Amino acid sequence: MADTSQNAQRTPDSFEVRILRQGGPGQNSYWERHRVKHEQDMNVISVLQNIAANAQTVDGKAVAPVAWDCNCLEEVCGACTMVVNGRTRQACTALVDRLLEDNPKEIELQPMTKFPVLRDLMVDRSRLFRSLQKVKAWVPVDGYYDMGVGPKQTREQQEVAYPLSECMSCGCCLEACPQYTKVELTQRDDESDADFQERKNAAYDSAFIGAAAISQAVLFNAHPTGKNIAGERLDALMDEGGIQVCGNAQNCVAVCPKEIPLTTSIAKVGRQTTLHAIKKWFDR
Amino acid sequence: MAKKRVMIVGGGLAGLAAAMKLAELGIDVDMMSLTPVKRSHSVCAQGGINACNDQTRQLGDTEWKHFDDTVYGGDFLQHQPPVKELTDWAPKVIDLMDRLGVTFNRTTEGFIDRRRFGGTLYKRTAFAGATTGQQLLYALDEQVRRWESEGKVKKYEFWDFLGPILDENGNCRGCVGQDLVSMEIRSFPADAVILGTGGCGLIYGRSTMSMVCTGSAASRAFQVGAKYGNGECIQVHPTAIPGADKLRLMSESARGEGGRVWVPRTPHDPRDPKSIPEAERYYFLEERYPEYGNLVPRDIATREIFDICVNEGLSVEAGRQCVYLDLTHIDAPELTRKLGGILAIYEKFQGVDPRFTPMKIFPAVHYSMGGLWADYERTTAGGLVLDSPQNQATNIPNLYAIGECDYQYHGANRLGANSLLSCIFSGLIVAPGIETLFASQKGAAADLDKSLFSNAVKKHQSDHDALLKRPAGKENPYLIHQELGDVMTKAATVVRRNDQLEAAYSTVMDLHERAKKCSLSDTGNWTNQNVVFTKALLDMFPLAKAIVKGALQRDECRGAHYKPAFEMPSLKAEDPEGRRREAEQWCDRFDANTDKWLKSTIATWNGNEPDITYEDVDTSLITPRPRLYGLVGAEVIEEVWNERQAKKQAAKGDQGNGASKPAIAGAAS
Repeated sequence: MADTSQNAQRTPDSFEVRILRQGGPGQNSYWERHRVKHEQDMNVISVLQNIAANAQTVDGKAVAPVAWDCNCLEEVCGACTMVVNGRTRQACTALVDRLLEDNPKEIELQPMTKFPVLRDLMVDRSRLFRSLQKVKAWVPVDGYYDMGVGPKQTREQQEVAYPLSECMSCGCCLEACPQYTKVELTQRDDESDADFQERKNAAYDSAFIGAAAISQAVLFNAHPTGKNIAGERLDALMDEGGIQVCGNAQNCVAVCPKEIPLTTSIAKVGRQTTLHAIKKWFDR
Repeated sequence: MAKKRVMIVGGGLAGLAAAMKLAELGIDVDMMSLTPVKRSHSVCAQGGINACNDQTRQLGDTEWKHFDDTVYGGDFLQHQPPVKELTDWAPKVIDLMDRLGVTFNRTTEGFIDRRRFGGTLYKRTAFAGATTGQQLLYALDEQVRRWESEGKVKKYEFWDFLGPILDENGNCRGCVGQDLVSMEIRSFPADAVILGTGGCGLIYGRSTMSMVCTGSAASRAFQVGAKYGNGECIQVHPTAIPGADKLRLMSESARGEGGRVWVPRTPHDPRDPKSIPEAERYYFLEERYPEYGNLVPRDIATREIFDICVNEGLSVEAGRQCVYLDLTHIDAPELTRKLGGILAIYEKFQGVDPRFTPMKIFPAVHYSMGGLWADYERTTAGGLVLDSPQNQATNIPNLYAIGECDYQYHGANRLGANSLLSCIFSGLIVAPGIETLFASQKGAAADLDKSLFSNAVKKHQSDHDALLKRPAGKENPYLIHQELGDVMTKAATVVRRNDQLEAAYSTVMDLHERAKKCSLSDTGNWTNQNVVFTKALLDMFPLAKAIVKGALQRDECRGAHYKPAFEMPSLKAEDPEGRRREAEQWCDRFDANTDKWLKSTIATWNGNEPDITYEDVDTSLITPRPRLYGLVGAEVIEEVWNERQAKKQAAKGDQGNGASKPAIAGAAS
């Protein structure tokens, strides 16, 4: 603790924040600089709150507040993912004093690059939730009436499942993945909302699904009831945009804020799909 | 005729449980949420979920004891039948969540592991690491996604609920929502609207709540006529990590797993805490409450921590209030296994590993026990009629409230690990009631005259446009929010005094007027977070006023509502006879207080201020009794109390379960 107070003394009264802004989809992006007064215990969220309360650039020009997404502020909801000083992470756990240790001059904020920008630091991550539908990331129970206890599970099973189940769909693993590329569609003038949604879903489903959903398939394929539809999940992962697209760059596991063993999950699905394919071939 | 639909506002545990159960019953559901439902505030719940279980049962526990702990902990301010039903269902709720794949911690034999939580002597709490809320929410989110993929649930994420749509008879026929990206305002015809929109912690500026917990949705229902109950009952959690943007929860499970709260006996002792010898540490909760120790109910732990820092000057640091929460005597791998999630939060935000260094914590606003008034239908046995459309219904027909935004289950103080239970339970139970409601309704909302909906949209659209056209250079909504948070935190949290509450009320009135003159720094019509925040801010004031006025008028101590000027005293006499006499007087005063104050505070909005009335509480199942945690002379009071109860029983000819009149109620110690 003594250390941090020394750092606090070394940090300046204020610091600059450079933000990549964009008014809306299809518009040009531009950099904007803000100066923020340094306070104790700041994180990137409190920096953005500060900018919202006093929205002017370093030149004193009044601007609209920066749009960004956040909710829990304790790194369990996954909302506030952005690129901070070149690294994809949650804004809430990006502590200002640490960032200034790395670069005392400024903090740089950008939206994630693999998702369509809605405005400023807000991106549309609906593709991520769509991917959970594709792998049927749920336990296919009969229903919600009282049917007694669930299947007994060992402590070891729980200890393998729990880390996978901590995935908060933040998207860091996708942002870092070289094979995961942006899918951005624009609604046509003559297109209904429902038709546009359908076209988006089709585009999402054929693009690479990414580590997060692959890992969820592992979670549910290991569950005593979840595994009843393991084959359907593997079919989805052998489909277009499935596991075969993975280039084994291993960036996903390196950036996961919850340290989920994503590459282990990918390897498991690799084995499961191989066996599944062979089995299917014999069952023809 | 169009098919009937339900609109659920809010996709936390309660909303998702309702959606999933409604879908199972074949009812089509729309869900509206400020955030993708998987990111709802329920994910922040850490410690666990309570239920009587096979093991505690063999140690003497029953559902009834869980019920008793819940109403006793809540100081008897909640209607008892819904709570009885809740605790009766608790084991089944855990079974269901287990089947849905929640990664509950396991014993070596493979059973669901349990830990002890505050306000009980039994290990009732099932948990999934220290992110139980997240794990429960994900299981429900997954089930709802399954229904979504089948087209039975349609989600509207990043949508703001602007208000219910009421027909000329005052029946709810749908709601108006706004797309937070495109800013489009549209109507959603619905045959029932369910609010599961959580607490209102942001009224206090910083709290343990998430950024969506503004209370705006509940306030928007309140402002069109929904009653708001027990607003003043706000739980301040004893242990949170102070921060600039948020006060982060440090779960009660840290104490459930053996964490000890202490301060050095020397004020602001500069030594490394680990080097301070046992004799020089003051484990004040253990000393003052030998039976419950560190696991006294939350209101008491909070007051004691507050007292030790503010009144006794024993804060660990000189410049800031905090006490030690110490886990360092527990084996590190075990801590990681059972509390990893919350310990990681502390380490990430404070840069210190709590497995090896005691944490520094202080109380923070945490939970709204109060909320939208909700009804229930009682069976003669004292439970609920499970398919009654009255369950969870607000006073506006077809408008329901579930989860933290209702006032139903926790009285004046919530026990730890009961909120996840009440959220899931209220969500599950509302569904069959709505099925019954639909069977009795003629026609569907979607077939009503279109003008009902278009007029509602028009009104909200013109409010919205007017906000955007505000002249520049006036009040700043973010700064007004800070001021509101400061005044609320000072006057309406741990210790409440009438002079401060009166002053706070007039400050809140002034701030409300100033907030109406806010200028916007963003006047655009695309993802305008500035205007959305300003609307939420404006809607914080009606609830803030209800909280402060309710607190001002309630001249007693009850649960989290603590007014020292009206505190029941400890006994002072040293001699047995004097003590006995004082105990008799104490019980008389307690009875008189109960007659006067064991009532729900009901606020209704008159357009500018809340009007407060009081409603009787159904305490027919468990006769309210004093909470005597830590009071000097508790044994004598208890003796007198029991004698009086025995006499009353005898007079009633052994028949009574206390059902005739709730004459005797609880007071805070």
